[in-house]
Amino acid sequence: MAAIDTPATAPADPHARARAYLARRHRFGVWETLPWLLALAAFFLFPDRMTFGSQVLLMVLFALSLDLILGFAGIVSLGHAAFFGLGAYAAALLTQRWGWEEPISGLVAAAAVAAVAGAASGWLLLRYRGLTLLVLTLATTIMLQELGNLLRDLTGGYDGLPGLTFTPLLGLFDYDLYGHVNYLYALAVLFVLFMAVRMIVYSPFGQTLAGIRENVARMHAVGSPVHLRLVTVYTIAAAIAGVAGALFTQTNAYVTLGVFDFDNSAGVMVMLILGGAGRLYGAFVGAVIYMVLQDVLSKASPQYWQFAVGLLLVLTVLFARRGLLGLIEDTARLFVRERKP
Amino acid sequence: MTDALEIRNLHKSFGALAVARDIALALPKGARHALIGPNGAGKTTLVNLITGVLRPSAGQILLDGEDITVLPQAARTRRGVARTFQINQLFRGLTVLENVYLAVAERMRTSHRLWRPAGAEREVIDQALAQLEALRLADDALRLVRELPYGRQRLVEIAIALAQKPRVLLLDEPAAGVPSSESHLILDAVGALDPEIAILIIEHDMDVVFRFASRITVLVAGAVLTEGGPQEIRADERVRAVYLGQEFAHG
Repeated sequence: MAAIDTPATAPADPHARARAYLARRHRFGVWETLPWLLALAAFFLFPDRMTFGSQVLLMVLFALSLDLILGFAGIVSLGHAAFFGLGAYAAALLTQRWGWEEPISGLVAAAAVAAVAGAASGWLLLRYRGLTLLVLTLATTIMLQELGNLLRDLTGGYDGLPGLTFTPLLGLFDYDLYGHVNYLYALAVLFVLFMAVRMIVYSPFGQTLAGIRENVARMHAVGSPVHLRLVTVYTIAAAIAGVAGALFTQTNAYVTLGVFDFDNSAGVMVMLILGGAGRLYGAFVGAVIYMVLQDVLSKASPQYWQFAVGLLLVLTVLFARRGLLGLIEDTARLFVRERKP
Repeated sequence: MTDALEIRNLHKSFGALAVARDIALALPKGARHALIGPNGAGKTTLVNLITGVLRPSAGQILLDGEDITVLPQAARTRRGVARTFQINQLFRGLTVLENVYLAVAERMRTSHRLWRPAGAEREVIDQALAQLEALRLADDALRLVRELPYGRQRLVEIAIALAQKPRVLLLDEPAAGVPSSESHLILDAVGALDPEIAILIIEHDMDVVFRFASRITVLVAGAVLTEGGPQEIRADERVRAVYLGQEFAHG
Protein backbone atom coordinates (compact mmCIF):
# COMPACT_ATOMS: atom_id res chain seq x y z
CA MET A 1 0.00 0.00 0.00
CA ALA A 2 2.74 2.42 1.01
CA ALA A 3 4.57 1.77 -2.24
CA ILE A 4 1.54 3.00 -4.12
CA ASP A 5 0.95 5.94 -1.86
CA THR A 6 4.43 7.47 -1.63
CA PRO A 7 5.24 8.58 -5.19
CA ALA A 8 2.02 10.57 -5.31
CA THR A 9 3.59 13.48 -7.18
CA ALA A 10 4.33 13.33 -10.89
CA PRO A 11 4.04 9.73 -12.15
CA ALA A 12 1.12 8.80 -9.91
CA ASP A 13 -0.86 11.84 -10.87
CA PRO A 14 -3.34 10.03 -13.11
CA HIS A 15 -3.73 7.54 -10.26
CA ALA A 16 -4.55 10.24 -7.78
CA ARG A 17 -6.94 11.93 -10.18
CA ALA A 18 -8.71 8.70 -11.06
CA ARG A 19 -9.06 7.66 -7.44
CA ALA A 20 -10.32 11.10 -6.51
CA TYR A 21 -12.97 10.87 -9.22
CA LEU A 22 -14.44 7.63 -7.85
CA ALA A 23 -13.97 8.71 -4.25
CA ARG A 24 -15.73 12.04 -4.74
CA ARG A 25 -18.52 11.47 -7.20
CA HIS A 26 -20.90 10.35 -4.47
CA ARG A 27 -20.32 13.46 -2.39
CA PHE A 28 -23.12 15.95 -2.15
CA GLY A 29 -23.04 18.96 -4.43
CA VAL A 30 -24.36 22.29 -3.17
CA TRP A 31 -26.95 22.30 -5.94
CA GLU A 32 -28.45 19.13 -4.49
CA THR A 33 -29.99 21.13 -1.66
CA LEU A 34 -32.02 23.08 -4.23
CA PRO A 35 -34.92 20.64 -4.78
CA TRP A 36 -35.32 20.15 -1.03
CA LEU A 37 -35.22 23.89 -0.33
CA LEU A 38 -37.80 24.42 -3.08
CA ALA A 39 -40.00 21.70 -1.60
CA LEU A 40 -39.82 23.43 1.79
CA ALA A 41 -40.40 26.84 0.20
CA ALA A 42 -43.52 25.48 -1.52
CA PHE A 43 -44.85 24.59 1.92
CA PHE A 44 -44.79 28.26 2.93
CA LEU A 45 -45.67 29.77 -0.46
CA PHE A 46 -48.70 27.62 -1.30
CA PRO A 47 -50.23 26.68 2.05
CA ASP A 48 -53.61 25.98 0.48
CA ARG A 49 -52.23 23.61 -2.18
CA MET A 50 -50.60 21.12 0.16
CA THR A 51 -52.95 18.24 -0.69
CA PHE A 52 -51.84 18.58 -4.30
CA GLY A 53 -48.27 19.05 -3.11
CA SER A 54 -48.23 15.73 -1.28
CA GLN A 55 -49.51 14.01 -4.44
CA VAL A 56 -46.60 15.54 -6.37
CA LEU A 57 -44.12 14.30 -3.78
CA LEU A 58 -45.40 10.75 -3.80
CA MET A 59 -45.24 10.73 -7.59
CA VAL A 60 -41.61 11.88 -7.32
CA LEU A 61 -41.02 8.86 -5.10
CA PHE A 62 -42.81 6.58 -7.57
CA ALA A 63 -40.77 7.99 -10.47
CA LEU A 64 -37.58 7.57 -8.43
CA SER A 65 -38.34 3.88 -7.94
CA LEU A 66 -38.78 3.48 -11.70
CA ASP A 67 -35.54 5.37 -12.30
CA LEU A 68 -33.70 2.80 -10.21
CA ILE A 69 -34.66 -0.02 -12.59
CA LEU A 70 -35.11 1.88 -15.88
CA GLY A 71 -32.48 4.57 -15.69
CA PHE A 72 -29.80 2.72 -13.77
CA ALA A 73 -30.29 -0.96 -14.58
CA GLY A 74 -31.90 -0.55 -18.01
CA ILE A 75 -34.98 -2.66 -17.19
CA VAL A 76 -37.89 -1.47 -19.33
CA SER A 77 -41.20 -1.99 -17.54
CA LEU A 78 -44.71 -0.84 -18.42
CA GLY A 79 -46.20 -2.41 -15.34
CA HIS A 80 -44.61 -0.52 -12.50
CA ALA A 81 -48.07 0.51 -11.27
CA ALA A 82 -48.47 -3.08 -10.04
CA PHE A 83 -46.23 -2.35 -7.07
CA PHE A 84 -47.72 1.09 -6.48
CA GLY A 85 -51.14 -0.55 -6.44
CA LEU A 86 -50.14 -3.42 -4.17
CA GLY A 87 -48.64 -0.94 -1.70
CA ALA A 88 -51.75 1.21 -1.88
CA TYR A 89 -54.04 -1.75 -1.15
CA ALA A 90 -51.79 -3.15 1.55
CA ALA A 91 -52.01 0.14 3.43
CA ALA A 92 -55.75 0.35 2.86
CA LEU A 93 -56.64 -3.21 3.87
CA LEU A 94 -54.45 -2.99 6.94
CA THR A 95 -56.61 -0.24 8.40
CA GLN A 96 -59.95 -1.20 6.86
CA ARG A 97 -59.88 -4.98 7.43
CA TRP A 98 -57.63 -5.41 10.39
CA GLY A 99 -58.01 -2.03 12.07
CA TRP A 100 -54.29 -1.34 12.05
CA GLU A 101 -54.34 2.45 11.72
CA GLU A 102 -50.77 3.43 12.51
CA PRO A 103 -49.44 4.99 9.26
CA ILE A 104 -45.66 4.43 9.40
CA SER A 105 -45.92 0.70 10.08
CA GLY A 106 -48.48 0.76 7.26
CA LEU A 107 -45.74 2.01 4.94
CA VAL A 108 -43.41 -0.75 6.07
CA ALA A 109 -46.08 -3.40 5.51
CA ALA A 110 -46.82 -1.98 2.05
CA ALA A 111 -43.11 -2.06 1.21
CA ALA A 112 -42.90 -5.69 2.31
CA VAL A 113 -45.92 -6.79 0.26
CA ALA A 114 -44.62 -4.99 -2.85
CA ALA A 115 -41.12 -6.38 -2.32
CA VAL A 116 -42.38 -9.97 -2.18
CA ALA A 117 -44.35 -9.40 -5.39
CA GLY A 118 -41.31 -7.74 -6.95
CA ALA A 119 -39.00 -10.61 -6.04
CA ALA A 120 -41.41 -13.27 -7.30
CA SER A 121 -42.37 -11.57 -10.57
CA GLY A 122 -38.80 -10.37 -11.12
CA TRP A 123 -37.41 -13.87 -10.73
CA LEU A 124 -39.75 -15.05 -13.49
CA LEU A 125 -39.83 -12.05 -15.82
CA LEU A 126 -36.28 -10.68 -15.73
CA ARG A 127 -35.07 -13.57 -17.85
CA TYR A 128 -36.56 -11.54 -20.67
CA ARG A 129 -35.60 -8.12 -21.97
CA GLY A 130 -36.86 -5.37 -24.23
CA LEU A 131 -40.24 -5.68 -25.89
CA THR A 132 -40.98 -9.12 -24.36
CA LEU A 133 -40.41 -7.76 -20.86
CA LEU A 134 -42.46 -4.67 -21.66
CA VAL A 135 -45.50 -6.76 -22.61
CA LEU A 136 -45.07 -9.22 -19.72
CA THR A 137 -44.92 -6.47 -17.09
CA LEU A 138 -47.93 -4.81 -18.67
CA ALA A 139 -49.87 -8.08 -18.69
CA THR A 140 -48.98 -8.81 -15.06
CA THR A 141 -50.40 -5.47 -13.96
CA ILE A 142 -53.60 -5.94 -15.94
CA MET A 143 -54.05 -9.39 -14.38
CA LEU A 144 -53.58 -7.92 -10.90
CA GLN A 145 -56.22 -5.30 -11.64
CA GLU A 146 -58.64 -7.98 -12.85
CA LEU A 147 -57.92 -10.05 -9.77
CA GLY A 148 -58.78 -7.01 -7.67
CA ASN A 149 -62.02 -6.71 -9.63
CA LEU A 150 -62.88 -10.37 -8.96
CA LEU A 151 -62.22 -9.93 -5.24
CA ARG A 152 -64.66 -7.02 -5.11
CA ASP A 153 -65.68 -7.80 -1.55
CA LEU A 154 -62.14 -7.28 -0.41
CA THR A 155 -60.98 -4.43 -2.67
CA GLY A 156 -64.21 -2.51 -3.24
CA GLY A 157 -63.69 -2.91 -6.99
CA TYR A 158 -63.65 0.24 -9.06
CA ASP A 159 -65.67 2.02 -6.38
CA GLY A 160 -62.71 1.50 -4.12
CA LEU A 161 -62.43 1.72 -0.37
CA PRO A 162 -63.38 5.22 0.78
CA GLY A 163 -63.15 6.84 4.18
CA LEU A 164 -60.07 5.12 5.52
CA THR A 165 -58.86 6.30 8.90
CA PHE A 166 -55.34 6.53 10.28
CA THR A 167 -54.00 7.42 13.69
CA PRO A 168 -52.11 10.72 14.03
CA LEU A 169 -48.56 10.68 12.74
CA LEU A 170 -46.12 9.54 15.47
CA GLY A 171 -49.15 9.80 17.75
CA LEU A 172 -48.72 13.59 17.70
CA PHE A 173 -49.76 15.22 14.44
CA ASP A 174 -53.36 14.84 13.37
CA TYR A 175 -54.25 15.29 9.71
CA ASP A 176 -55.56 18.74 8.91
CA LEU A 177 -58.00 19.78 6.20
CA TYR A 178 -55.27 21.57 4.25
CA GLY A 179 -52.94 18.58 4.07
CA HIS A 180 -50.05 20.35 5.83
CA VAL A 181 -49.13 17.30 7.89
CA ASN A 182 -49.51 15.05 4.85
CA TYR A 183 -47.13 17.22 2.85
CA LEU A 184 -44.38 17.16 5.45
CA TYR A 185 -44.97 13.44 6.02
CA ALA A 186 -44.57 12.72 2.30
CA LEU A 187 -41.53 14.97 2.11
CA ALA A 188 -39.83 13.21 5.02
CA VAL A 189 -40.51 9.75 3.56
CA LEU A 190 -39.27 10.89 0.15
CA PHE A 191 -36.11 12.32 1.68
CA VAL A 192 -35.22 9.15 3.56
CA LEU A 193 -35.84 6.86 0.58
CA PHE A 194 -34.15 9.24 -1.82
CA MET A 195 -30.97 9.10 0.26
CA ALA A 196 -31.18 5.30 0.31
CA VAL A 197 -31.54 5.15 -3.47
CA ARG A 198 -28.69 7.63 -3.84
CA MET A 199 -26.46 5.42 -1.73
CA ILE A 200 -27.38 2.32 -3.76
CA VAL A 201 -26.69 4.07 -7.05
CA TYR A 202 -23.15 5.01 -6.05
CA SER A 203 -22.34 1.66 -4.42
CA PRO A 204 -20.42 -1.22 -6.02
CA PHE A 205 -23.83 -2.82 -6.56
CA GLY A 206 -24.97 0.33 -8.38
CA GLN A 207 -21.83 0.20 -10.51
CA THR A 208 -22.76 -3.36 -11.45
CA LEU A 209 -26.20 -2.16 -12.54
CA ALA A 210 -24.56 0.40 -14.83
CA GLY A 211 -22.47 -2.43 -16.27
CA ILE A 212 -25.58 -4.53 -16.92
CA ARG A 213 -27.29 -1.56 -18.55
CA GLU A 214 -24.28 -0.84 -20.77
CA ASN A 215 -23.43 -4.41 -21.82
CA VAL A 216 -25.07 -7.55 -20.44
CA ALA A 217 -22.90 -9.90 -22.49
CA ARG A 218 -19.73 -8.49 -20.97
CA MET A 219 -21.15 -8.60 -17.44
CA HIS A 220 -21.79 -12.32 -17.94
CA ALA A 221 -18.23 -12.67 -19.25
CA VAL A 222 -16.68 -11.04 -16.17
CA GLY A 223 -18.64 -13.44 -13.99
CA SER A 224 -21.44 -11.26 -12.70
CA PRO A 225 -24.58 -13.02 -11.42
CA VAL A 226 -26.67 -10.81 -13.68
CA HIS A 227 -30.09 -12.31 -12.95
CA LEU A 228 -29.61 -12.10 -9.19
CA ARG A 229 -28.52 -8.44 -9.46
CA LEU A 230 -31.54 -7.59 -11.59
CA VAL A 231 -33.98 -9.35 -9.28
CA THR A 232 -32.42 -7.57 -6.28
CA VAL A 233 -32.78 -4.09 -7.74
CA TYR A 234 -36.27 -4.93 -9.04
CA THR A 235 -37.29 -5.96 -5.52
CA ILE A 236 -35.92 -2.75 -4.01
CA ALA A 237 -37.67 -0.64 -6.64
CA ALA A 238 -40.92 -2.54 -6.05
CA ALA A 239 -40.70 -1.87 -2.31
CA ILE A 240 -40.23 1.86 -2.90
CA ALA A 241 -43.10 1.96 -5.39
CA GLY A 242 -45.16 0.19 -2.73
CA VAL A 243 -44.35 2.94 -0.23
CA ALA A 244 -45.40 5.56 -2.80
CA GLY A 245 -48.69 3.68 -3.23
CA ALA A 246 -49.22 3.50 0.53
CA LEU A 247 -48.60 7.25 0.78
CA PHE A 248 -51.26 7.68 -1.91
CA THR A 249 -53.77 5.72 0.16
CA GLN A 250 -52.90 7.44 3.42
CA THR A 251 -52.86 11.02 2.09
CA ASN A 252 -56.13 10.57 0.19
CA ALA A 253 -57.81 8.32 2.79
CA TYR A 254 -59.20 6.20 -0.04
CA VAL A 255 -58.05 3.84 -2.76
CA THR A 256 -59.60 2.41 -5.93
CA LEU A 257 -58.48 -0.15 -8.50
CA GLY A 258 -57.50 2.86 -10.62
CA VAL A 259 -54.06 2.65 -8.99
CA PHE A 260 -53.38 -0.33 -11.27
CA ASP A 261 -54.36 1.60 -14.42
CA PHE A 262 -52.11 1.54 -17.43
CA ASP A 263 -52.20 5.36 -17.21
CA ASN A 264 -50.35 5.11 -13.93
CA SER A 265 -47.55 2.92 -15.35
CA ALA A 266 -47.25 5.00 -18.50
CA GLY A 267 -47.53 8.33 -16.66
CA VAL A 268 -44.62 7.56 -14.36
CA MET A 269 -42.47 6.59 -17.35
CA VAL A 270 -43.40 9.83 -19.14
CA MET A 271 -42.36 11.74 -16.01
CA LEU A 272 -38.99 10.05 -16.03
CA ILE A 273 -38.42 10.68 -19.73
CA LEU A 274 -39.37 14.36 -19.30
CA GLY A 275 -37.04 14.86 -16.35
CA GLY A 276 -34.24 12.59 -17.54
CA ALA A 277 -33.75 8.93 -16.63
CA GLY A 278 -30.70 7.63 -14.79
CA ARG A 279 -29.90 10.83 -12.92
CA LEU A 280 -31.83 10.66 -9.61
CA TYR A 281 -33.14 14.23 -9.76
CA GLY A 282 -34.81 13.58 -13.11
CA ALA A 283 -37.64 12.01 -11.09
CA PHE A 284 -38.06 15.31 -9.26
CA VAL A 285 -38.11 17.51 -12.34
CA GLY A 286 -40.26 15.18 -14.43
CA ALA A 287 -42.89 14.47 -11.78
CA VAL A 288 -43.27 18.15 -10.90
CA ILE A 289 -43.63 19.21 -14.56
CA TYR A 290 -46.11 16.45 -15.31
CA MET A 291 -48.24 16.98 -12.22
CA VAL A 292 -48.32 20.78 -12.50
CA LEU A 293 -49.15 20.60 -16.22
CA GLN A 294 -51.90 18.12 -15.47
CA ASP A 295 -53.24 20.34 -12.70
CA VAL A 296 -53.21 23.57 -14.71
CA LEU A 297 -54.24 22.18 -18.09
CA SER A 298 -56.95 19.84 -16.89
CA LYS A 299 -58.70 22.86 -15.38
CA ALA A 300 -58.36 24.80 -18.63
CA SER A 301 -59.37 21.87 -20.84
CA PRO A 302 -60.56 18.73 -19.06
CA GLN A 303 -60.69 16.77 -22.32
CA TYR A 304 -57.53 17.76 -24.14
CA TRP A 305 -54.90 18.36 -21.45
CA GLN A 306 -53.07 15.20 -22.42
CA PHE A 307 -52.41 16.69 -25.83
CA ALA A 308 -50.04 19.23 -24.28
CA VAL A 309 -48.25 16.55 -22.27
CA GLY A 310 -47.95 14.46 -25.41
CA LEU A 311 -46.53 17.39 -27.35
CA LEU A 312 -43.99 18.06 -24.62
CA LEU A 313 -43.03 14.38 -24.62
CA VAL A 314 -42.48 14.40 -28.39
CA LEU A 315 -40.35 17.55 -28.14
CA THR A 316 -38.31 16.00 -25.33
CA VAL A 317 -37.67 12.81 -27.23
CA LEU A 318 -36.76 14.76 -30.39
CA PHE A 319 -34.59 17.50 -28.93
CA ALA A 320 -33.61 16.52 -25.39
CA ARG A 321 -33.25 12.76 -25.36
CA ARG A 322 -31.66 12.79 -21.93
CA GLY A 323 -34.56 14.78 -20.51
CA LEU A 324 -34.72 18.29 -19.16
CA LEU A 325 -31.87 17.68 -16.71
CA GLY A 326 -29.73 16.30 -19.53
CA LEU A 327 -30.51 19.42 -21.55
CA ILE A 328 -29.45 21.65 -18.66
CA GLU A 329 -26.25 19.61 -18.21
CA ASP A 330 -25.37 19.89 -21.89
CA THR A 331 -26.01 23.62 -21.92
CA ALA A 332 -23.90 24.14 -18.82
CA ARG A 333 -21.10 22.15 -20.42
CA LEU A 334 -21.21 24.39 -23.50
CA PHE A 335 -20.75 27.42 -21.27
CA VAL A 336 -17.82 25.91 -19.39
CA ARG A 337 -16.14 24.98 -22.64
CA GLU A 338 -16.56 28.46 -24.09
CA ARG A 339 -15.17 30.21 -21.06
CA LYS A 340 -12.11 28.02 -20.72
CA PRO A 341 -9.82 29.32 -23.51
CA MET B 1 0.94 -32.39 -14.95
CA THR B 2 -2.72 -31.74 -15.70
CA ASP B 3 -3.39 -29.26 -18.47
CA ALA B 4 -4.77 -25.84 -17.66
CA LEU B 5 -7.46 -26.42 -20.24
CA GLU B 6 -8.41 -29.65 -21.89
CA ILE B 7 -11.12 -30.24 -24.44
CA ARG B 8 -12.23 -33.77 -25.22
CA ASN B 9 -14.34 -34.78 -28.22
CA LEU B 10 -16.34 -31.58 -28.12
CA HIS B 11 -19.39 -31.55 -30.31
CA LYS B 12 -22.00 -28.87 -30.94
CA SER B 13 -24.80 -28.87 -33.45
CA PHE B 14 -27.75 -26.63 -34.15
CA GLY B 15 -30.23 -29.08 -35.61
CA ALA B 16 -28.54 -30.71 -38.58
CA LEU B 17 -25.78 -28.12 -38.66
CA ALA B 18 -22.66 -29.30 -36.82
CA VAL B 19 -20.58 -26.26 -35.86
CA ALA B 20 -18.09 -28.16 -33.69
CA ARG B 21 -17.17 -31.73 -34.55
CA ASP B 22 -15.12 -33.91 -32.28
CA ILE B 23 -12.71 -31.17 -31.26
CA ALA B 24 -9.80 -32.07 -28.99
CA LEU B 25 -7.38 -29.52 -27.64
CA ALA B 26 -5.01 -29.29 -24.68
CA LEU B 27 -3.41 -26.16 -23.26
CA PRO B 28 -0.74 -26.75 -20.61
CA LYS B 29 -0.02 -24.03 -18.09
CA GLY B 30 1.59 -21.06 -19.84
CA ALA B 31 0.65 -22.32 -23.31
CA ARG B 32 0.76 -20.00 -26.31
CA HIS B 33 -1.67 -21.70 -28.61
CA ALA B 34 -3.13 -20.25 -31.80
CA LEU B 35 -6.40 -21.24 -33.39
CA ILE B 36 -6.58 -20.52 -37.09
CA GLY B 37 -8.97 -21.36 -39.88
CA PRO B 38 -11.06 -19.77 -42.59
CA ASN B 39 -14.14 -17.67 -41.82
CA GLY B 40 -16.98 -19.76 -40.49
CA ALA B 41 -14.68 -22.55 -39.33
CA GLY B 42 -16.18 -22.32 -35.83
CA LYS B 43 -13.37 -20.55 -33.99
CA THR B 44 -15.56 -18.13 -32.06
CA THR B 45 -18.07 -20.92 -31.48
CA LEU B 46 -15.31 -22.87 -29.73
CA VAL B 47 -14.59 -19.86 -27.51
CA ASN B 48 -18.29 -19.65 -26.70
CA LEU B 49 -18.33 -23.33 -25.81
CA ILE B 50 -15.29 -23.02 -23.55
CA THR B 51 -16.66 -19.95 -21.72
CA GLY B 52 -20.15 -21.37 -21.33
CA VAL B 53 -22.10 -19.05 -23.60
CA LEU B 54 -23.07 -22.19 -25.50
CA ARG B 55 -23.68 -25.64 -24.03
CA PRO B 56 -21.93 -28.43 -25.99
CA SER B 57 -24.03 -31.27 -27.44
CA ALA B 58 -21.39 -33.81 -26.41
CA GLY B 59 -17.85 -33.97 -25.09
CA GLN B 60 -16.00 -32.57 -22.11
CA ILE B 61 -14.23 -29.38 -21.06
CA LEU B 62 -11.76 -29.65 -18.18
CA LEU B 63 -10.09 -26.84 -16.30
CA ASP B 64 -7.07 -28.03 -14.31
CA GLY B 65 -8.51 -31.51 -14.55
CA GLU B 66 -11.89 -30.43 -13.20
CA ASP B 67 -14.93 -30.98 -15.40
CA ILE B 68 -16.60 -27.64 -16.13
CA THR B 69 -18.70 -28.80 -19.10
CA VAL B 70 -22.05 -28.02 -17.50
CA LEU B 71 -21.08 -25.07 -15.29
CA PRO B 72 -22.73 -21.72 -16.04
CA GLN B 73 -20.68 -18.88 -17.46
CA ALA B 74 -20.19 -16.99 -14.18
CA ALA B 75 -18.89 -20.11 -12.40
CA ARG B 76 -16.31 -20.73 -15.13
CA THR B 77 -15.19 -17.12 -14.93
CA ARG B 78 -14.70 -17.48 -11.19
CA ARG B 79 -12.54 -20.55 -11.82
CA GLY B 80 -10.24 -18.49 -14.03
CA VAL B 81 -11.47 -18.52 -17.63
CA ALA B 82 -11.50 -15.09 -19.30
CA ARG B 83 -11.99 -14.00 -22.86
CA THR B 84 -11.91 -10.99 -25.13
CA PHE B 85 -14.38 -10.47 -27.93
CA GLN B 86 -13.83 -10.26 -31.64
CA ILE B 87 -16.19 -7.30 -31.74
CA ASN B 88 -15.76 -4.98 -28.75
CA GLN B 89 -18.05 -5.75 -25.84
CA LEU B 90 -17.37 -2.76 -23.64
CA PHE B 91 -19.31 -0.57 -21.23
CA ARG B 92 -19.29 2.28 -23.70
CA GLY B 93 -21.02 4.90 -21.58
CA LEU B 94 -18.69 4.37 -18.61
CA THR B 95 -15.12 5.53 -18.02
CA VAL B 96 -12.14 3.29 -18.77
CA LEU B 97 -11.54 3.00 -15.02
CA GLU B 98 -15.12 1.87 -14.36
CA ASN B 99 -14.85 -0.72 -17.15
CA VAL B 100 -11.94 -2.39 -15.40
CA TYR B 101 -13.35 -1.71 -11.93
CA LEU B 102 -16.35 -3.91 -12.77
CA ALA B 103 -14.13 -6.87 -13.61
CA VAL B 104 -11.97 -6.44 -10.50
CA ALA B 105 -15.02 -6.03 -8.25
CA GLU B 106 -16.49 -9.28 -9.56
CA ARG B 107 -13.24 -11.13 -8.97
CA MET B 108 -12.85 -9.71 -5.45
CA ARG B 109 -16.54 -10.39 -4.70
CA THR B 110 -17.37 -6.84 -3.64
CA SER B 111 -19.94 -6.17 -6.33
CA HIS B 112 -22.92 -7.06 -4.11
CA ARG B 113 -22.18 -4.28 -1.61
CA LEU B 114 -25.01 -1.80 -1.31
CA TRP B 115 -24.24 0.43 1.61
CA ARG B 116 -20.93 1.99 0.80
CA PRO B 117 -19.74 4.05 -2.15
CA ALA B 118 -17.88 2.30 -4.96
CA GLY B 119 -15.14 4.88 -4.44
CA ALA B 120 -14.47 3.57 -0.93
CA GLU B 121 -13.22 0.22 -2.27
CA ARG B 122 -9.58 1.23 -2.35
CA GLU B 123 -8.23 -2.22 -3.08
CA VAL B 124 -10.48 -2.61 -6.11
CA ILE B 125 -9.53 0.82 -7.46
CA ASP B 126 -5.81 0.21 -6.87
CA GLN B 127 -5.91 -3.06 -8.76
CA ALA B 128 -7.95 -1.56 -11.59
CA LEU B 129 -5.48 1.30 -11.92
CA ALA B 130 -2.50 -1.07 -11.82
CA GLN B 131 -4.07 -3.00 -14.68
CA LEU B 132 -4.53 0.20 -16.69
CA GLU B 133 -0.96 1.18 -15.92
CA ALA B 134 0.30 -2.17 -17.22
CA LEU B 135 -1.39 -1.54 -20.56
CA ARG B 136 -0.46 2.17 -20.61
CA LEU B 137 -4.10 3.15 -20.34
CA ALA B 138 -3.86 5.08 -17.07
CA ASP B 139 -3.85 8.47 -18.79
CA ASP B 140 -7.25 7.66 -20.26
CA ALA B 141 -8.67 6.30 -16.98
CA LEU B 142 -11.33 8.97 -16.71
CA ARG B 143 -12.33 9.14 -20.36
CA LEU B 144 -15.51 7.50 -21.57
CA VAL B 145 -14.77 4.35 -23.52
CA ARG B 146 -16.88 5.45 -26.49
CA GLU B 147 -14.69 8.56 -26.88
CA LEU B 148 -11.50 6.53 -27.29
CA PRO B 149 -9.97 5.69 -30.69
CA TYR B 150 -10.67 2.11 -31.74
CA GLY B 151 -7.16 0.86 -31.05
CA ARG B 152 -7.36 2.08 -27.45
CA GLN B 153 -10.77 0.45 -27.09
CA ARG B 154 -9.20 -2.86 -28.11
CA LEU B 155 -6.72 -2.41 -25.26
CA VAL B 156 -9.58 -1.83 -22.82
CA GLU B 157 -11.10 -5.06 -24.11
CA ILE B 158 -7.90 -6.84 -23.06
CA ALA B 159 -7.60 -4.88 -19.80
CA ILE B 160 -11.01 -6.12 -18.64
CA ALA B 161 -10.09 -9.74 -19.35
CA LEU B 162 -6.73 -9.40 -17.58
CA ALA B 163 -8.36 -7.73 -14.58
CA GLN B 164 -10.13 -11.04 -14.05
CA LYS B 165 -6.68 -12.53 -13.33
CA PRO B 166 -7.38 -15.55 -15.55
CA ARG B 167 -5.49 -18.84 -15.65
CA VAL B 168 -6.84 -19.46 -19.14
CA LEU B 169 -7.24 -16.52 -21.49
CA LEU B 170 -9.06 -16.73 -24.81
CA LEU B 171 -8.19 -13.89 -27.19
CA ASP B 172 -10.59 -13.62 -30.11
CA GLU B 173 -8.74 -11.65 -32.80
CA PRO B 174 -7.37 -9.02 -30.41
CA ALA B 175 -6.10 -6.75 -33.19
CA ALA B 176 -9.15 -7.06 -35.45
CA GLY B 177 -10.18 -3.79 -37.02
CA VAL B 178 -7.16 -1.91 -35.73
CA PRO B 179 -5.09 -0.07 -38.36
CA SER B 180 -1.72 -1.75 -38.87
CA SER B 181 0.05 1.39 -37.64
CA GLU B 182 -1.43 0.73 -34.18
CA SER B 183 -1.85 -3.02 -34.11
CA HIS B 184 1.73 -3.55 -32.89
CA LEU B 185 0.72 -1.84 -29.61
CA ILE B 186 -1.89 -4.51 -29.02
CA LEU B 187 0.35 -7.34 -30.13
CA ASP B 188 3.13 -6.03 -27.87
CA ALA B 189 0.68 -6.08 -24.97
CA VAL B 190 -0.33 -9.64 -25.86
CA GLY B 191 3.32 -10.65 -26.15
CA ALA B 192 4.08 -9.24 -22.70
CA LEU B 193 1.34 -11.19 -20.90
CA ASP B 194 2.11 -13.20 -17.79
CA PRO B 195 3.91 -16.41 -18.92
CA GLU B 196 1.87 -18.37 -16.33
CA ILE B 197 -1.39 -17.78 -18.18
CA ALA B 198 -2.44 -20.35 -20.76
CA ILE B 199 -3.49 -18.41 -23.84
CA LEU B 200 -5.56 -19.46 -26.82
CA ILE B 201 -5.45 -16.80 -29.52
CA ILE B 202 -7.58 -16.61 -32.64
CA GLU B 203 -5.76 -14.62 -35.28
CA HIS B 204 -5.80 -14.21 -39.04
CA ASP B 205 -2.41 -12.53 -39.47
CA MET B 206 -0.05 -15.45 -40.05
CA ASP B 207 3.03 -13.39 -39.14
CA VAL B 208 1.54 -12.78 -35.72
CA VAL B 209 0.55 -16.41 -35.32
CA PHE B 210 3.98 -17.77 -36.21
CA ARG B 211 5.72 -15.26 -33.97
CA PHE B 212 3.46 -15.64 -30.96
CA ALA B 213 2.35 -19.25 -30.84
CA SER B 214 4.30 -22.39 -30.08
CA ARG B 215 1.34 -24.62 -30.99
CA ILE B 216 -1.20 -24.06 -33.72
CA THR B 217 -4.53 -25.74 -34.33
CA VAL B 218 -6.17 -25.42 -37.72
CA LEU B 219 -9.95 -25.55 -37.64
CA VAL B 220 -11.95 -26.17 -40.81
CA ALA B 221 -15.73 -26.57 -40.96
CA GLY B 222 -16.00 -27.19 -37.22
CA ALA B 223 -13.34 -29.90 -37.06
CA VAL B 224 -9.64 -29.94 -36.31
CA LEU B 225 -7.75 -30.28 -39.59
CA THR B 226 -4.36 -30.54 -38.01
CA GLU B 227 -2.32 -29.44 -35.02
CA GLY B 228 1.39 -28.79 -34.79
CA GLY B 229 4.28 -26.40 -34.24
CA PRO B 230 4.75 -23.35 -36.46
CA GLN B 231 7.20 -25.18 -38.76
CA GLU B 232 4.87 -28.11 -39.37
CA ILE B 233 1.87 -25.87 -40.01
CA ARG B 234 3.85 -23.63 -42.33
CA ALA B 235 4.92 -26.65 -44.38
CA ASP B 236 1.53 -28.32 -44.42
CA GLU B 237 0.11 -28.44 -47.94
CA ARG B 238 -3.47 -28.87 -46.75
CA VAL B 239 -3.28 -25.74 -44.57
CA ARG B 240 -1.86 -23.82 -47.48
CA ALA B 241 -4.71 -25.04 -49.64
CA VAL B 242 -7.31 -23.91 -47.13
CA TYR B 243 -5.75 -20.49 -46.81
CA LEU B 244 -5.38 -20.02 -50.53
CA GLY B 245 -9.10 -20.57 -50.72
CA GLN B 246 -8.84 -23.67 -52.87
CA GLU B 247 -11.37 -26.40 -52.81
CA PHE B 248 -10.38 -28.80 -50.12
CA ALA B 249 -11.89 -32.23 -49.75
CA HIS B 250 -11.85 -33.30 -46.14
CA GLY B 251 -10.65 -36.89 -45.84
